[in-house]
Amino acid sequence: MREITIPISDEVIRSLHAGDPVQLSGVMMTGRDAVHKWMSETFIKKTRQPQGDDLQVYEEIKKILDHGVLYHCGPVVSGLDTKEYKFVAAGPTTSIREEPYQADVMRHFNLKGVIGKGGMGAKTLQGCVETPGVYFHAIGGAAAFLAQTVQKVLGVYKLEEFGVPEAMWVIEVKNFPVVVTMDAHGVSQHSTLDERSRKVLEELLTQPY
Amino acid sequence: MQKDYTNEILELIRRTSSSLPKDVEDRLRASIEKEEPGSAARGALETILKNVELARANSTPICQDTGTPIFYVHYPEGMSTRKLREQIRAAMAEATKRSYMRPNAVDAIYDKNTGNNLGGDDFPYIHFEEVDADQPLVIELMLKGGGCENVGRQYSLPDNSLGAGRDLAGVRKVVLDAVQKAQGQGCAPGILGVSIGGDRGSSYIKSKEVLFSEIGTRNPDPKIAELEERLTKEANELGIGPMGFGGKTTVLDTKITGMHRLPASYFVSVSYMCWAYRRRKMTVKGDEVEYD
Repeated sequence: MREITIPISDEVIRSLHAGDPVQLSGVMMTGRDAVHKWMSETFIKKTRQPQGDDLQVYEEIKKILDHGVLYHCGPVVSGLDTKEYKFVAAGPTTSIREEPYQADVMRHFNLKGVIGKGGMGAKTLQGCVETPGVYFHAIGGAAAFLAQTVQKVLGVYKLEEFGVPEAMWVIEVKNFPVVVTMDAHGVSQHSTLDERSRKVLEELLTQPY
Repeated sequence: MQKDYTNEILELIRRTSSSLPKDVEDRLRASIEKEEPGSAARGALETILKNVELARANSTPICQDTGTPIFYVHYPEGMSTRKLREQIRAAMAEATKRSYMRPNAVDAIYDKNTGNNLGGDDFPYIHFEEVDADQPLVIELMLKGGGCENVGRQYSLPDNSLGAGRDLAGVRKVVLDAVQKAQGQGCAPGILGVSIGGDRGSSYIKSKEVLFSEIGTRNPDPKIAELEERLTKEANELGIGPMGFGGKTTVLDTKITGMHRLPASYFVSVSYMCWAYRRRKMTVKGDEVEYD
């Protein structure tokens, strides 16, 4: 299995192809529905004025996300009282909900990878080609196993405002297992499989009861 | 004076969140052999099983999405349901504090997470059913994650786009369509809960209730039992596979139930349950509490 360290170069990204199993190590950040909406409205489309610590957080996450990886994950975290945070359960959440934002977020922050589950659509695939970047598919539900790859919680942004599942957690991971399912060459394993299964379905629908 | 069951319910929550039922684990294990060695599908199943063992050993959630808590309480005549409700809610808040549960109740209007899994009167969801006074108190709990809940579907038959009429042949067509549309997004391999009839609300509720039974439990009506098995087989022919990586294991089991309907309506509701099919039961027999 190929091992890749974050930050990731464009050259490494272009060498990846849909179907490749990969292990990731390095620093990444979690972000899901609230984060994508906030990023898009406040910094990309600018339909909302920055408020509170928005600008300060923006400057800090820019450094983490440049050539970095964003993980669609709403973890279970222990140590909330003492702030000695530990990831207890941390599998991927369904990515398609971020389809309206993802390509813009990839381009804006120069993201090299997005981790989630279920795959994403045409707009994100285009974002993968242009940025360039890839979509990494993690094993949905394997939360206890994936939490063990988290070596350290380095920090958290917007914990109070977004809540535990939606906050931006900065984590250091080691050998985090994923499969590339959308690559920078415009290939999506998801659309291939969707088409193939649709043909099987059409055939099944013609069979008598 | 009615006994306080808060601690026992807390234990029920811990077990449900961290320990996958044996019938589900066995079925997942049996599926590994059907997938090609070295394939992403097989790798996914292997990781899933490692995860199941790890969660059980460490009392941590199997999946970080600890889901909608759905309680079915069968209480002996005379017991206070108001007190049981309070105890379930107290146990849920404590389970969240102990990280058995993720804070999962978000106010839909103000987008605020309550932080303790308690929200309004409906979170957690609790259904009470009275049994005879000499029967034990039985509390069933199912945790249903959001990813699989989102790919559930309801059809109003006839559905012309699928050529699905108001009969079992039509039911078969829409259920297969629901599995194809879900792809891997409901965390395949999934378990299908299907309800035929009812109104839109009762139909969805029944499609979840049917998921409280073990894998392999067939509907007593042979006609429906046959459809259950046929749907599992045909859904697996779609080739979606674990996580939508492609493969032979897309659906582990199908459970169908029927309801009465209005002459005008013919609903088919499909609740998709992810592989992290978390359901447990506690039975109170005198001073003893049994968990399974």
